[in-house]
Amino acid sequence: MIFLQLFLSYFKIGLFNFGGGYAMLSLIQHETVEAHKWLTPQEFTDIVAISQTTPGPIGINSATYAGYTAVLNSGYPPAVAVLGSVIATVSVCLPSFILILSISVALSRNRKKTYMDAAFTYLRPTAVGLIAAAALSLVNHDNFIDLKSPLLFLAAFLLTWRYKVNPIITILLASTAGLLLY
Amino acid sequence: MYHALFFVFLRIGAFTIGGGYAMLPLIEREVTRRKWMSRENFLDAFAISQTMPGVFAVNMSILIGYRLRKTAGAIVCTLATIIPSFLIILTIAIFFTQVQDNLYVEKIFKALRPVVVALIAVPSLTAAKAAHINLRTAPIPIVVAMLIWAAGISPIYIVILAIAAGLAQHIFVK
Repeated sequence: MIFLQLFLSYFKIGLFNFGGGYAMLSLIQHETVEAHKWLTPQEFTDIVAISQTTPGPIGINSATYAGYTAVLNSGYPPAVAVLGSVIATVSVCLPSFILILSISVALSRNRKKTYMDAAFTYLRPTAVGLIAAAALSLVNHDNFIDLKSPLLFLAAFLLTWRYKVNPIITILLASTAGLLLY
Repeated sequence: MYHALFFVFLRIGAFTIGGGYAMLPLIEREVTRRKWMSRENFLDAFAISQTMPGVFAVNMSILIGYRLRKTAGAIVCTLATIIPSFLIILTIAIFFTQVQDNLYVEKIFKALRPVVVALIAVPSLTAAKAAHINLRTAPIPIVVAMLIWAAGISPIYIVILAIAAGLAQHIFVK
């Protein structure tokens, strides 16, 4: 039952993400590409590219897109696939909703700061590892197809890291390069 | 009030490109300008949002909506925040699945894919800086990345382990 699985996967993604949007990519990739094979590694990379260029949080963007594509790839018609994107998007928000509404009052009054801080001691360095894993998993033959690929990677890396160029500009430049190079 | 909440958060959802933290200045301006919240309360909501799991911008919407109009307010704000990106992405998904075999779309994405890898590699380095990774803590992200990437272990187990280790150290090691 793909809808129940989508719900469970995105609920887990929402519940266990502590490291922001990029760390969430690692969770999304594990659930959608490796565990359930709803998306090919290529499709996953394409979703990240599209999420980077559209408004809204990447966690929501990727849930909507992956929910739709996963159901479509399982052989359902597009109208049913829309339901998949609704389920994935709602499920990824649901854990925060339940958690915040149930402990919001307690949090604003006297926060158990020490336990919170303790829980985050290793979560912060762990989140760095999660983001790195997401990047490493994408270094494969689907994404690096020829000798031009590593050059494009290096150019984008330098533009973002050294010159702090906005990702949207980088993606627009790369799209133009694609039309000219391939 | 619900009407105003809905449209303010709709605007926040529609006009911020670049993820949750990019939304922050816009949320702060809208919320304090309308005197919905003091700056202290806003910063409080910001701190709680960071410690909660999930999508940061959604957490902010839930907290602010709840402060102002309880559960109904939280639902209205969350829906308003996610509706723009939901509709945009759904349109693209429907469209893209039909054109992805198009010659020009293929050309564009052949060049985009290695670029996306770079766009994720950079935040792993900036996150390392922000988390003050030094020689003593460097093995943690390296081992985590290897466990997920090379050994295929679910990130969920690693997150649970990290929380447990932090709490255990706090309770047993003084």
